[in-house]
Amino acid sequence: MTMFQLEFMQRALIAGLLTGLSAPAIGTYLVQRRLSLMGDGIGHIAITGVALGLLTGTAPVFTAVIVSIAGATAIELVRARGKASGDVALALLFYGGIAGGVLLIGLAGQGAATLNTYLFGSLTTVSSSDLYVVVGLAVTVLVVAIGLGPQLFAVCQDEEFARVTGLRVQLLNLLIAVMAAVTVTVAMRTVGLLLVSALMVVPVATAQQITRSFRSTFVTACIIGVVACLAGIVTSYNANVAPGATIVVLALAGFVVAATAGTLIRRRQGRVAPLADAEPEVGVPVPEPHVVSAGHPHAHNPQCGHTKVEHDDHVDYVHDGHLHAAHGDHWDEH
Amino acid sequence: MTSQPPDSAAPAVQVADLSVELGGRLILRGVDLQVRQGAVVAVLGTNGSGKSTLIRTVVGLLPAARGQVRLFGTPVPRFRQWKRIGYVPQRITAAGGVPATVYEVVSSGLLSQRRLFTPMHASGKRAVEDALQIVDMADRRKDAVAELSGGQQQRVLIARALVSDPELLVLDEPTAGVDLASQQIFADAIRDRVARGTTVVMVSHDLGPMDALIDRSVVLRRGRIVYDGPPHASQTHAHVHHSHGGDEPGWLTS
Repeated sequence: MTMFQLEFMQRALIAGLLTGLSAPAIGTYLVQRRLSLMGDGIGHIAITGVALGLLTGTAPVFTAVIVSIAGATAIELVRARGKASGDVALALLFYGGIAGGVLLIGLAGQGAATLNTYLFGSLTTVSSSDLYVVVGLAVTVLVVAIGLGPQLFAVCQDEEFARVTGLRVQLLNLLIAVMAAVTVTVAMRTVGLLLVSALMVVPVATAQQITRSFRSTFVTACIIGVVACLAGIVTSYNANVAPGATIVVLALAGFVVAATAGTLIRRRQGRVAPLADAEPEVGVPVPEPHVVSAGHPHAHNPQCGHTKVEHDDHVDYVHDGHLHAAHGDHWDEH
Repeated sequence: MTSQPPDSAAPAVQVADLSVELGGRLILRGVDLQVRQGAVVAVLGTNGSGKSTLIRTVVGLLPAARGQVRLFGTPVPRFRQWKRIGYVPQRITAAGGVPATVYEVVSSGLLSQRRLFTPMHASGKRAVEDALQIVDMADRRKDAVAELSGGQQQRVLIARALVSDPELLVLDEPTAGVDLASQQIFADAIRDRVARGTTVVMVSHDLGPMDALIDRSVVLRRGRIVYDGPPHASQTHAHVHHSHGGDEPGWLTS
């Protein structure tokens, strides 16, 4: 019997395929907004969700998705308000999530072994009911990430411009956060909560080494994600280690290869086509127009007796109803 | 196409007694300004005079602490016809964490007229191509924006604003840090729009080749309008301490 005939492996591979697609898909938007670590924070918060499920006897997937959506919404609201204390608020949220989760799992009478399957993924624990939830959530994420692609792209690219085109920027930002939360839950059984963020970010970083457009980065990242997930699951089965670790190590290996290849390609292109636009930047502002006082023989100085007026960064002297200011070897009318 | 609007048309921009606060400081104090459709207005002033704040409030990015801004007769909080507005932001914000091509960035200018979950229309693609032609970037359409020079990036942002064929162009320091060749291309693009009746409001301290297009300038100092009238007089007025007792409608083109 090969591993592909084992039912739990089939479920694990389907979950892996969907995780490999949806994590980089939403990850592309997070990286574009420079929120690469958001997935990590949501992953921490989701641990509390899992623990609540175990404690109350409900499916951890459900509780995890609800708690992580609540957490992601909180993160987005804190971020949008942009207060300096926001950074600390986020830290409190993340540590509260992980500590609360471990505490509640202990209260539920579950040990570190159970916790580990959620933290680093597990092949054998994907039940059929889990799988339906995962498929439903992953499809939702993909439909949003692709269908609203142009709008989400605009918001992540230039938020102010997006507002002036009339997009509901706050709503779309919230949508990204919620989709990230859903993705965390989708990926929970495959890569685990502690490594899910890696699967959102590493394929995107890898794709960027060789792509120039947003769309090709998106597609390439999804392909890399799928390959890393499926290969990682197979390796994990053979080596009997947690799938999360193998998936992320494979994805990172891909990054190293792509970064090296990208550097070589760019170096070669650089040699063939030396800096095409070596035009000088003439952005130097023209000196402000000024009126020179014609034939002004008197040299003002702080002791000359003319009234002094502070004017921005210099002093003007009142002289026959004019304001005179020193400018090089002459006097300006101000 | 934008035809010359009738005289009875609402002003493109109408600012009444506008005060704006940023971080507890009053940046604009009781600014009144009317821009009729088809006008080309330069907003001048030193750094910190409030000119960027004024323009950002006009497009609804900042809230008014007091007073009101109307675009084409509608108060900004209720304004929904964003496709009539083309906005070019001040900073070069064209580069995000993920590479994006010139074509992709310019396409995002069409979002005000695209429906959700639908691909771009053929007419949209044509508009993007046209906008790229206008700023002379058609051959760079597949290049990553982050790899372009500052002037070229600014040209991309102009194309993004032009692609939706707006009736009002709002430009925040369009020529800051832009090479002369780009400034010229820029000025040509704007002239072309002006000839077709587009209203232009731009902030700048260095108009460069755009100077000839301006038919009115407004000078801000410490959050108040100290001059509003024909462009060339403003060049000297901008540095004189006296303030017009009349920032009154007499100075306004209406």
